[in-house]
Amino acid sequence: MTVPAIETEKLTKEYPYGFLNLKKKISLENLTMQVDSGEVFGFLGPNGAGKSTTIKLLMGLIFPTSGTARLLGKPTSNIEMHRDIGYLPEQPYFYDYLTAAEVLDYFAKFYDLPAADRKDRVRRMLRKVGLETAGDIQLRKYSKGMLQRVGLAQAILHDPQLVILDEPMSGLDPVGRREVRDIILELKNAGKTILFSTHILSDAEMLCDRVGVIVSGRLQGVGAPGELVGVQTHKMEILFSLAGTQNTVRLLSHATRTGDRYRLELPEAELYPALDQLRDASAKILSVAQVKPSLEEYFMHLVSADRAQASAVEVSGK
Amino acid sequence: MTHIGAIGLNTFREAVRDRVLYNLVFFALVMMGAAVLVGQISIGIEEIVIVSLGLSAISFIGLLMAVFIGVGLVSKEMDKRTIYALLSKPVRRWEFLLGKFTGLIFTLVVNTAAMAAGLFASLLYVKHHLERTDAIVLVAVYFVLLKLAIIVSLALLFSCSTSSLLSILYCAGFYVAGSFVQQMRTLRADLLGPFAGVMRWLSYLLPNFQNFSVTGLAAHGVPVPRTLILQNTLYAALYCAIVLAAASMILSRRNLK
Repeated sequence: MTVPAIETEKLTKEYPYGFLNLKKKISLENLTMQVDSGEVFGFLGPNGAGKSTTIKLLMGLIFPTSGTARLLGKPTSNIEMHRDIGYLPEQPYFYDYLTAAEVLDYFAKFYDLPAADRKDRVRRMLRKVGLETAGDIQLRKYSKGMLQRVGLAQAILHDPQLVILDEPMSGLDPVGRREVRDIILELKNAGKTILFSTHILSDAEMLCDRVGVIVSGRLQGVGAPGELVGVQTHKMEILFSLAGTQNTVRLLSHATRTGDRYRLELPEAELYPALDQLRDASAKILSVAQVKPSLEEYFMHLVSADRAQASAVEVSGK
Repeated sequence: MTHIGAIGLNTFREAVRDRVLYNLVFFALVMMGAAVLVGQISIGIEEIVIVSLGLSAISFIGLLMAVFIGVGLVSKEMDKRTIYALLSKPVRRWEFLLGKFTGLIFTLVVNTAAMAAGLFASLLYVKHHLERTDAIVLVAVYFVLLKLAIIVSLALLFSCSTSSLLSILYCAGFYVAGSFVQQMRTLRADLLGPFAGVMRWLSYLLPNFQNFSVTGLAAHGVPVPRTLILQNTLYAALYCAIVLAAASMILSRRNLK
């Protein structure tokens, strides 16, 4: 049986605050989840939901109040686990007096790589993240997006089995985001396990085998994006364009218009009568598709439900 | 050891690239000015003035570097969040701490060696020759380095547990108190009552910086006993080891928020 890449059980993190630290803020509550080997797992949640807290707990940067976590079968207290794990911190910041090549060489030293091998890897990584021409420039002159690329390079420098990326798309332009997506897919094809946190849902939908949604420190749902949003739907969508006798089409009052195109959403049972009507009006049918709720709708539903519950608790408390 | 060396080298590189060693220009100007001035205003005590001034300047500049860079060694990494990427590598927190300590000590050794060379150059300018007894100045410089090592270890300890500002204040407090350890031990019980005992007990916890002060001996060319060299070396090594072990324990339990 293969060991899960990430396994947490009732992982909880509380931060004391207030006078004499008597009050406690729960950042993460009883997180139990599993990420299988070779999987791309997206960790979704609004700002302050507990994504970075979870990742820091996994990386051993902070310590749990209770619960356990194992990475590649080893407890997070085992320092040797880091040999097979790559990590990109949120909004990474590196020694700005060093060049990108020097930073990567510095980090490579901790994997006990020989100097020649280090040099070769640094060169390859800089090329991979599109910084081959900027490798000798000090990081204090780098933009946020360039720093993000350096962060990604140092995370995969040692060819790790498990890559944990905290908001990898943050600060990147569309080209940079596309490149990061390609790198994630490349890592997946190489059999690596990837966990990344994001609040850009389209990226998660595009890349992830499974996603976990965390809201207010609690894991609200885990599954494949398709499973979570539910493929069972009884609504259809017709896209069409129409020239001339528009007033004769009764359905137009229910359609939304963008330029010369119309979009009509209707129950599945009414699809064929509607198509007949459009054909009679000489409309050009552009597409007919099943309406699927997006991950964003699912996400918003969970966040709204959580906020409503929080408000209810607040009101009843008053 | 490789990890400690890598972190140490990076700490030294940071000091060099942040132009910390530019303080040497200031030291060179002080020594040049003193050498020229001493030749004009003093007769027969040029060596004493140059050695006293040079050793004081080496000690003062070293102290500023040890405290101000030392307190930022850990806290700056936390504030700038550079520590996240580093500690996600197979690096133990005590290795990180020892690497930082080694790096700053190496920076101070380079800086102090350059200043000592400047001091000898000034001596040569004033006396036109160097004598065997001038080697005592080297012992005094070595003692300054031992003192700085203790201060760096204290700065690291405070840096692991509190803010930079408080760390600077604590370091200054320890330095001042550590410079009056002998007086604390000889306080009269009839004046302080039960506090005399507390003060005596405290005096053994504080670093005894008075043992490292041999400027007077060096200035007058009086040899420093070998037992004192050995004793101070062991004392500094032991004190640093205990303080660094405490710092390491604090850092290993700290949440890096």
